[in-house]
Amino acid sequence: MSNRLLEIENLTTSFRIGDGYYAAVDNVSLTVNRNEVLGIVGESGSGKSALAFSIMRLHNRAKIEGKINLEDTDLVKASTNELNKLRGDSLSMIFQDPLTALNPLMEIGAQIGETLVLHRPQMSKKQRYDRVIELLNLVGIPRPEHVYQQYPHELSGGMRQRVVIAIAIANKPQLLIADEPTTALDVTIQAQILDLIHKLKEEMDAGIILITHDLGVVAEMADRVAVMYAGEIVEVAEVHTLFENPLHPYTRSLLNSVPTEGQDKLHVIQGIVPSLKNLPRTGCRFAARIPWIDESAHEENPVLHEVSPGHYVRCTCHSKFYFPEEGKEGEANGAS
Amino acid sequence: MWKFIVRRLLVTFPQIVLLSILVFVMAQFMPGDALTGQVDPNVSPEIKQQIRERLGLNNPWYVQYTDWIGGAVTGDFGQSFRFKMPVTDLIEQRIYNTFWLSLVTLIFMYIIAVPLGIISGRYNDTWLDQTITGYTYLGFATPLFIFALVMLWIFGYQFGWFPTSGSVAPGLSPGSWDYVWSKFQHLLLPALSMALIGTVSTVQYLRSEIVDTKQRDFIITARAKGASESRVYNRHILRNSVLPIAAFFGWEITGLISGTIFIERIFGYPGMGALFLESVLMRDYSVVTALVLLFGVAAILGALLSDIILSIVDPRIRIK
Ligand SMILES: Nc1ncnc2c1ncn2[C@@H]1O[C@H](COP(=O)(O)OP(=O)(O)O)[C@@H](O)[C@H]1O
Ligand code: SF4
Ligand SMILES: [Mg+2]
Repeated sequence: MSNRLLEIENLTTSFRIGDGYYAAVDNVSLTVNRNEVLGIVGESGSGKSALAFSIMRLHNRAKIEGKINLEDTDLVKASTNELNKLRGDSLSMIFQDPLTALNPLMEIGAQIGETLVLHRPQMSKKQRYDRVIELLNLVGIPRPEHVYQQYPHELSGGMRQRVVIAIAIANKPQLLIADEPTTALDVTIQAQILDLIHKLKEEMDAGIILITHDLGVVAEMADRVAVMYAGEIVEVAEVHTLFENPLHPYTRSLLNSVPTEGQDKLHVIQGIVPSLKNLPRTGCRFAARIPWIDESAHEENPVLHEVSPGHYVRCTCHSKFYFPEEGKEGEANGAS
Repeated sequence: MWKFIVRRLLVTFPQIVLLSILVFVMAQFMPGDALTGQVDPNVSPEIKQQIRERLGLNNPWYVQYTDWIGGAVTGDFGQSFRFKMPVTDLIEQRIYNTFWLSLVTLIFMYIIAVPLGIISGRYNDTWLDQTITGYTYLGFATPLFIFALVMLWIFGYQFGWFPTSGSVAPGLSPGSWDYVWSKFQHLLLPALSMALIGTVSTVQYLRSEIVDTKQRDFIITARAKGASESRVYNRHILRNSVLPIAAFFGWEITGLISGTIFIERIFGYPGMGALFLESVLMRDYSVVTALVLLFGVAAILGALLSDIILSIVDPRIRIK
């Protein structure tokens, strides 16, 4: 499969909390193809960032097990040196909060230029300057020559996020991870940044992992979607399959929580993602949040299985499942 | 930047005026006045009153203040009754000694603090860090004058490596190499003693700045660019951590002033600190008043200096 760019197999990332290690990413397997946008959705705390940081190998005190194959390199086994060659070059990331992601004491131009210095040492100063200006233009920053010598605090949040994006795409990465790139921004700016990523996607010919908790963004941008809950992938499907035929109750509750026309009441599933230490490690992790379902209906330790080509669900009894508002089973479009 | 500096200067002026008023009020509360010790105790009270009147000591306070501050600005702080000489001349002899002592101490302090703080912060929670932190705790807990006495006893008297008092060996002609070298030798031990104790707060400050900066998001950005560990430190962490130390500089000066008072006394070093302590003990109030004013001005100017340094290096202040 030459189209395969990233292959994650049984990835488990655990953090040390007090006396033991607790998995924030639990036995995750995923793939990303070239030219594909994989959306990862899930509530805050489900382990999306932990997954992204694991791929970038940016955790400093975490235990990582499994495989993360980027083309021919296993990032889990890679040395720091090898990682430094990949990071910022073929593998890069856009961070959530543009207000803190830039060095306050460094000129914008130098911060973008640093990626070039690190991976394109043969570039002359002039070439580097030109490339930075080109990048600033590309991400839609007006007056790039002026912004080049400005400092982060002189720019708005939206502009700063454009700079962060410019840094990430400077060396034309193969895999770009965007971890909630618009969450920290105003709604109008959010749309602009998404448009920008959309535009870059067409031009870049890269695999993109787009992490978000906004299903609207997923619907618009992603080719495939992975739904994450409590460190596990609970459902993976092509984007239209997921929206037309969501099977896992968690996915359905997420879809229900998107406000649609004519329905002003948000369906929000009660409760929150449990903290790492309090997470039940056996049985279905979602069971605690749908107490009205009879215990016996759930599989002991649900595993991901393929219900139709490319559509995986970690729930065997989804056909029996219902939300109180939806009425009894069968009325929901859950059955496949 | 210029706007900031001008604004900062505008604040400094009223600060100094306020300080001078405080010092003046303090002087008024001290027993005695400019006349004390100047006249024969046998002179009759009437004549004393006449002299008082003539010197303006019976004028309302604001007139006296204006006279006093006018004198101070032109370098006239009155007479020292103990030395029977103008306070200004007395201070002039000593101010250079104290200046050099403070400067060398400051240099030592940074020479010690910067590497220790960096190591401690970079390798935090390792045995190296714990050793350095242990030293800083010891430094906080040890009173300067006791430490200085121990240093003097060990290195001055037992080993005889350093002179034990004075600021220069007698009989050397000023300006000669030997003279300068002897001056340096004399201030080495007091400066080192003061620096070893005084630097611990800077070590701790730098450590916590580095530990803090290490976890900031832009450091993750730098790593995500593929920057090596040493580059992350040199280009990103250190600059951001050292910056607040510049803001600390003004406080160091205040600390130095109180430090010299003990240190100069213990090492018999003829500087302003020793003069201050002697003058307090001898109730030489005109000298005390002048020194308090000078110390206060030095502290205010120190704070001004650190703000100006900060405004030059920090773009968030520079660009406004
Ligand atoms: N460095 C860390 N040390 C310990 N726990 C962590 C760390 N990073 C994340 N976690 C925990 O892992 C879980 C997943 O967090 P995160 O990946 O940030 O979720 P998301 O990005 O989906 O909101 C949370 O319970 C969080 O508290
Ligand atoms: S296995 Fe049961 S508890 Fe788990 S998601 Fe499916 S229906 Fe819910
Ligand atoms: Mg996150």
